[in-house]
Amino acid sequence: MITLSHYIVLGAVLFCIAVAGMFINRKNVIVLLMSIELMLLAVNMNFVAFSRFLGDVSGQVFVFFILTVAAAEAAIGLAILVLLFRNRSTINIADIDSMKG
Amino acid sequence: MGLSTTILLTIALAPLVGCVLAGFLGKFLGRAGSHKVTILGVAISCALSFYVLYQLTLGGAVEYNQNLYTWFQVGPFNASVGFMVDRLTAMMLVVVSFVSLLVHLYTIGYMSDDPGYKRFFAYISLFTFSMFMLVMSNNFMQLFFGWEAVGLVSYLLIGFWYKRPTAIFANLKAFLVNRVGDFGFLLGIAGVLYFLGTLDYATAFGAAPGLVGKTLQITANTHWDAATVICICLFIGAMGKSAQVPLHVWLPDSMEGPTPISALIHAATMVTAGIFMVARMSPLFELSQSALSFVMVIGATTALFTGLIGIVQNDIKRVIAYSTLSQLGYMTVALGVSAYSGAVYHLMTHAFFKALLFLGAGSVIIAMHHEQDMRYMGGLRKYMPITWITMWIGSLALCGVPFFSGFYSKDAIIEAVGESHRWGSHYAYFCVMAGALVTSLYTFRQMYLTFHGKERFTVVHGSHGHHDDHAVVHHSAHADAAEPSAHDAPHDDHHGSHEPGVLEHAPKESPWVVTLPLILLAIPSLLIGFFTVGPMLFGNWFGKAIHVEEGDNVLAELGREFHGSFSMALHGFSLIGPFGLVLLAFIIQTYIYLFNPAMAGKIKSALKPLWTVLDRKYWVDNIYFAIFARGGVALGRGFWKVGEQGAIDGAMVNGSVSVIHRIAATARRLQSGYLYHYAFAMILGLILLMGGYWIVDSGFAGPGMAGQ
Amino acid sequence: MNPQLLQLICFYAFGFVTVAAALSVITLKNTVHAVLALVLTFFSAACLWMLIDAEFLALALIVVYVGAVMVLFLFVVMMLDIDQERLREGFVKFLPVGLIVAAAMLAEMLGLIGVRALHAHVMGADPAAVAGVSNTEWLGMALYTRYLLPFEVAALILTVGVVAAVALTLRQRADARYETAAQQVKVNARDRVRIVKMDAVLDYETKDSPDHSSQGPQP
Repeated sequence: MITLSHYIVLGAVLFCIAVAGMFINRKNVIVLLMSIELMLLAVNMNFVAFSRFLGDVSGQVFVFFILTVAAAEAAIGLAILVLLFRNRSTINIADIDSMKG
Repeated sequence: MGLSTTILLTIALAPLVGCVLAGFLGKFLGRAGSHKVTILGVAISCALSFYVLYQLTLGGAVEYNQNLYTWFQVGPFNASVGFMVDRLTAMMLVVVSFVSLLVHLYTIGYMSDDPGYKRFFAYISLFTFSMFMLVMSNNFMQLFFGWEAVGLVSYLLIGFWYKRPTAIFANLKAFLVNRVGDFGFLLGIAGVLYFLGTLDYATAFGAAPGLVGKTLQITANTHWDAATVICICLFIGAMGKSAQVPLHVWLPDSMEGPTPISALIHAATMVTAGIFMVARMSPLFELSQSALSFVMVIGATTALFTGLIGIVQNDIKRVIAYSTLSQLGYMTVALGVSAYSGAVYHLMTHAFFKALLFLGAGSVIIAMHHEQDMRYMGGLRKYMPITWITMWIGSLALCGVPFFSGFYSKDAIIEAVGESHRWGSHYAYFCVMAGALVTSLYTFRQMYLTFHGKERFTVVHGSHGHHDDHAVVHHSAHADAAEPSAHDAPHDDHHGSHEPGVLEHAPKESPWVVTLPLILLAIPSLLIGFFTVGPMLFGNWFGKAIHVEEGDNVLAELGREFHGSFSMALHGFSLIGPFGLVLLAFIIQTYIYLFNPAMAGKIKSALKPLWTVLDRKYWVDNIYFAIFARGGVALGRGFWKVGEQGAIDGAMVNGSVSVIHRIAATARRLQSGYLYHYAFAMILGLILLMGGYWIVDSGFAGPGMAGQ
Repeated sequence: MNPQLLQLICFYAFGFVTVAAALSVITLKNTVHAVLALVLTFFSAACLWMLIDAEFLALALIVVYVGAVMVLFLFVVMMLDIDQERLREGFVKFLPVGLIVAAAMLAEMLGLIGVRALHAHVMGADPAAVAGVSNTEWLGMALYTRYLLPFEVAALILTVGVVAAVALTLRQRADARYETAAQQVKVNARDRVRIVKMDAVLDYETKDSPDHSSQGPQP
């Protein structure tokens, strides 16, 4: 029998994998972006599960919005990535430190 | 029948109008116009003051106490301008306006050559106005206003010759020393307001008995009697204004001002404001035996020890200045033994004869072409007989020779001190008795040195200059020659290019504007005591204005033995008593200065250590300089170095900057510019936040979720 | 077979695939493979959503994410000439840190969630079915009524995203030729054509041929 905690724990696991991914792939922007997508998936997982188990439609509506915004974000993120590569010929984050204080 | 408000307002405002006219419109009025308007103003005040006194004494007028104008009102506290005129005030009005009028008159002669003539008249009229406001006040606030205003005018007039460094030094000193007293005075007024809730005299005095038993916690666990604290604070104000030890140091230096000012402000009127104030506050002072003992001891000390200094002074004005200090000490002693009437009575007689002495000294100074050193005088009596005679009258009054006015007041004070049983009265009695001898010593010495004996000056008929031109040049030259020295022991003023004691004209009697005031002052100095001692001193003439507790009323005890002023004077001739001392002094000084002038030098060298102590004025000035002036400078330097440069500039301004700089320098290392560092920080924060929640409330999410 | 047990088996199967694919995403050397692993993650996540009756979102996830976003990722990854080796620098070095952080986080999350307490939350009847509608209709009813304004804002965000993506990547290449629309619009007839008036009859008609009498625009 599936319970809420199954999904919540799965979401937590996905989220922590995404965090670990951000740490171990700190040079590769594409993997970082994918880790962010994973995080969003984890969040969405929670939303859907809560929505279903609590019988509230708002959770699913929010997932809908998150998907929308995440799509836009991915598009812009990749555009920036392309621009970055075009201008600096690299997507290595170690080379990008112009925000240094 | 009451007194009319119009008359009282006219008394107060007439000198102010004169001051404004002479001060601001002096250019249009000219010299003669300036002195005419100011003299007219003071003359009006004087005439009306006599009228008020007459009304209160014989006309059956009741005392006047009314608020005329409300300055501001804060809750129940009301600051207003009002007049309270009873017999005490009326007497002060008469004394102030009469002496002021004569000084105005005298100034015409004394200051005739001075470029600041109009300014001078404006100042003394302003002084008269301020003094009227002080004595006519019906509340503490206005009293304080008048108090500060006379202090201001005193400051302006001591520094009248503002190009003289010594004058500037002296006026600054007077101002600063008075600030010390004024601080105490303000604390006293604050105490009155705090405990009695009002600044109005009548209300405050009415509520004064309520002070008994109240205490003030100044430091932890010490309970001070409220009345004592208030009275001592108020008296500290009087000590500043009336130049009591240890705040007396400014008065001798104030002789840097023109002589008419020394007469009016620094002898006759302003310095007696403290005495007047304490007499006015008698309902408060009567509540505290300790405060009165304090007053008495201070007064007795002043009376004897400042008089001693007078014996060694060579400057004619300084001798009189120390005599003033000493006499103020007498008045203070009288206050201390609850003989307020005696103090005020001595205030009045002293005002006349001391003004006379100062104006006489001024007359001598005019004749000597502004030479003030008595060692270059002598034998002046044949040149200026009017001055000589009037000054002898003043001197005898000062010494307290029977029948002269000073005798009645001073003898009454000495007797009253003898009668008193207050703590410290034995010391005070010794001081005032010794003081009588000392007074006579310096007075006779001064008279002999000035008017008798050989002429110690030489007259050289100079080739240049009319007298008038010379005098003008003379002041500026004086300013250059004088040095701003801290101590001014033997006051040898070398006047410009003068050799001391060398005159270009023979001394001659002063003009009538100078001698007339002398004569007019000599009359009350001689007679007023004889006619007024009965009612004023013993007859409860002051009525409710002065309040004395029954057990302490020493004057009433004396009054029982009083059988008319004539018999009192005859009784005063007794050799066992002050008169014996006067006679002793007379014999000593007559022998030394008339018959054996060499004796003076011998005595001086024989008593060299004593002479040095007196000549240096007990080193009080030096101590003040070492402690307060140097200390103030050192303190300021300390604040500058440590406080300003170290704490504020160094620690607070630059320190905060450098701290921020260092924090920023450290913090900017965190801004590596690498996104993953920021992400790591974020995640770290998240972990800590969640860990915090977990620790604080491990069941935070569980039950909450379960409950849904 | 008990349908609930079947459901549970399905959950664990898809959940295992999801976690395994997610782990591949962050560990695979080749970025293209990583993107493909992410696609697998989304697929299995969509299946998991199907299990709890969120059909519309599951399909939207596949269509939008797998169909559009992931393809975009693939395009970008394949288009850029990326030095894969350099990007892997520090992978081993940071692996322990990443694992520790992730493990700590997971432990905290699980502790905060309170797994035991949530076990009580059994799945009830499908709310959409209770309302007598399909999941899509149920969601649509909410989206077009209560959430209409946010819905339109979302549309605006997508538009802005498209415009931003284009604006960011658009560039003028120096070696390409373009027509400038503005200059084309601005052009005047006067700049292109000049009308010249000439006499119909020449003075020296005797010499020249009659062709010269014809009028035309001069070059």
